Amino acid sequence: MDIVERLLAGDRRALARMVTLIENDAPQAREHLARLHPHSGRAQIVGVTGSPGAGKSTLVMQIVRDLRKQNKKVGVVAVDPSSPFTGGAILGDRIRMQELAGDPNVFIRSMASRGSLGGLAASTRDVVRALDAAGYDLVVIETVGAGQAEVEIVRAAHTVLVVTVPGMGDDIQALKAGILEIADIFVVNKADRPGADQAVAELKMLLGLAWRRPKEAHPWHIPILKTSATQGEGISELVEAILKHRVFLSESGQLAQRSQRQAQSEVLALLQHELLLRLQASVDNGEWQQFLDAVVEREISPYEVADQLARRLGLGHEAISRPGD
Amino acid sequence: MAEAHKIRVLVAKPGLDGHDRGAKIIARALRDAGMEVIYTGIRQTPQMIVEAAIQEDVDAIMMSILSGAHMAIFPKVMELLREQGVDDVLVMAGGILPDEDIPAIEALGIKGNFGPGTPTEEIIEYVKTHIHPSRLADAPLANTAPAPTPTAQQSEQAAN
Repeated sequence: MDIVERLLAGDRRALARMVTLIENDAPQAREHLARLHPHSGRAQIVGVTGSPGAGKSTLVMQIVRDLRKQNKKVGVVAVDPSSPFTGGAILGDRIRMQELAGDPNVFIRSMASRGSLGGLAASTRDVVRALDAAGYDLVVIETVGAGQAEVEIVRAAHTVLVVTVPGMGDDIQALKAGILEIADIFVVNKADRPGADQAVAELKMLLGLAWRRPKEAHPWHIPILKTSATQGEGISELVEAILKHRVFLSESGQLAQRSQRQAQSEVLALLQHELLLRLQASVDNGEWQQFLDAVVEREISPYEVADQLARRLGLGHEAISRPGD
Repeated sequence: MAEAHKIRVLVAKPGLDGHDRGAKIIARALRDAGMEVIYTGIRQTPQMIVEAAIQEDVDAIMMSILSGAHMAIFPKVMELLREQGVDDVLVMAGGILPDEDIPAIEALGIKGNFGPGTPTEEIIEYVKTHIHPSRLADAPLANTAPAPTPTAQQSEQAAN
């Protein structure tokens, strides 16, 4: 059995190694991913984002524990930042997830962001695909936790949880532009602390102000839920909301729309990458420099350069004009 | 284009003592050397260490132990790794390891055995030069035997 077959048969070591190959963009990773693709698309992908220290890891641990009571197989991908200076990282999310140790139906993987902004690593989506294909019913992605810029999670997840804590009113204000658009569920964690109800009220108000989405036949009313992850309070309600959101997505047709959008952005990104690689192979550095100099000296326009290079790849204007045009 | 293999190290603190300053210093030094360090925290059982090492697909495991329980814990870790068919991971230890125990620890296949005062540069260099070559090449899997399913004991723990 090769690594793909072993992964599909439920071998955790094969899955773990597959994730490494994907993370390192190893030569064989793409072919493997292509083979995994038909087996993916079943898992509900849940993103958990929010400020550092909001309790995301503990919350993820509790969510997974509750899902396990319902006999769901759960994968977790926890992303932490890489140092921009050394490329190293300390990945500490497992510390808060120790209670999940020893459960063969839970798979936790820590990922370093490796220079990507937006809260995820560049390969997170592909890593999730591997977990999905390996038969996990839900895959929970925990983002870096930097706050405002964490929009990538929308493209990777079906259901996005935005986690905040009492006493971060200013924080909510600062985040509202990005955050109101990405949350499917709001969580006010550490709700055993004073100010939880006020935080809920603030969120309600912000939601009320910002609710400008077009009228839908079956709108999703974004729940605002209070939890205390360390005490395990409010968790079953949260998990219920997560599972309900998945049902909502399928029944409203939004799941199909999202899948379409994701497929489109993925194919386009790969195509861009592919074209760039071929272009690089067809132009040497000297010639490239000549082109750039010529553009700077106003001897030729950047549009003409792009067109010439596109022609070289067989992509001139005549190649894309259809017969009859 | 393939990126260079990024070295991943699990830093674990087995046993019951809670003094993890040494482990944290090592974790930080390895990070500053450009490695990805999975830090598991204190009070790790051999099962937890091996499971984390497998899921995280690390190149190396570093166990820091001060409590004196090393001869109870280390053999178990090595046994579990063997059971799971993991044969390409560098296993190291550090902390308070009496000289007279070192031969027995090394006989288990645990390397390094860094005592107090070891310069972090030495440990970094050791990790870099002792990782299994197949791992640096991102081999699909060094070991071809399928890993056994989790033991009944592990499943039982999970149910608790």
